[in-house]
Amino acid sequence: MLAFATLALLVTVALALVRAALGPTVFDRLQAANTVGTCAMLLLAVLGFLFGRPEFLDLALVYGLLNAIGVFAVLKFLRQDDLGEASKDAANLRERA
Amino acid sequence: MARQFSFLLSLIAFWLLLSGMFTPFLIAAGIGSAIVIVLLSRRMDLADHEGHPVHLAWVAVLSYWPWLFKEIIKSAWDVTRRVLHPALPISPVLVEFRPTQTTDVGLVIHANSITLTPGTISVEVEPDRFLVHALTREAGAGLTGSEMDRRCTALEGN
Amino acid sequence: MSTLVESISAISLLLGALFCCVGGIGLMRMPDFYTRMHAASITETLGVGLTLLGLLLLAGWTLVAVKLLMVGALVFFVSPTASHALARAAMTCRLKPVLADVGETTSKP
Repeated sequence: MLAFATLALLVTVALALVRAALGPTVFDRLQAANTVGTCAMLLLAVLGFLFGRPEFLDLALVYGLLNAIGVFAVLKFLRQDDLGEASKDAANLRERA
Repeated sequence: MARQFSFLLSLIAFWLLLSGMFTPFLIAAGIGSAIVIVLLSRRMDLADHEGHPVHLAWVAVLSYWPWLFKEIIKSAWDVTRRVLHPALPISPVLVEFRPTQTTDVGLVIHANSITLTPGTISVEVEPDRFLVHALTREAGAGLTGSEMDRRCTALEGN
Repeated sequence: MSTLVESISAISLLLGALFCCVGGIGLMRMPDFYTRMHAASITETLGVGLTLLGLLLLAGWTLVAVKLLMVGALVFFVSPTASHALARAAMTCRLKPVLADVGETTSKP
């Protein structure tokens, strides 16, 4: 059953990758990237059990955190053009839509 | 002060659970880093009523989670049927309504619960106005004055 | 007893994997960005939840189980926040959602 779960997760990753390639907006791609990240996290957890190496769960934890932070970082970059400075306004975001 | 102490204790517990190795050096390192984090968060004013909300009505929280899980399963099953249905029977709507929570934590819990439930996503969150995108008209109609709204207000306690 | 737990865990893993796939299929089938987010949230709730429950039953009462619960709590708290940020950014961008006609009768699956 672990092998089946691995396979199904890989199928989901493939579907999300197709969505990321098709787009059409940058938000669709971000949502697809988020789904790929979630599935990769689950995949790490399942593989840890499949290979009998539960240390993989630590990696899954870090991957889950990075996944969320990655989405926020891209959104912030879209909004403000760079990651360091605070608050140029939302007009910038509209411009690039 | 009590809030910072409970923050310290939860950080130490977090370290011990993650490391799973109980040598004196690692335990001491864990306690050391927990103290440093508490001092830093004190300096940054992070462990306040938002960052470490120990003041919630915990009895209400404990009954809220099972109820939320039940709602998630129900609506996830509904969305699943719609996704797999050949005709794709969706009727997306934008719904605007006024939540009854008064504190920031209550509003955040309500908005997060709405988003966590498949079929509804909170798009804009302001103290007196929620804008929610719902996958179906029925899901959108059930949002105003919902049981979730009532339960989230009960969580705020005092 | 242990066979019972193992079979529950197998069923849970199977269902979790299937719900993940449903999220992926929805991501392909839905007509616009906002509706795709609804499909993806199936993966993030039932898919993750049931898969982790299956692993939890395999792990038993160990530190591994605690870590699985932490992964679950992380997804549980962080993924709606990420979804909300994404939807809000799309709305600020004036990305128009496809909405149903007002006069249309209710949709039953």
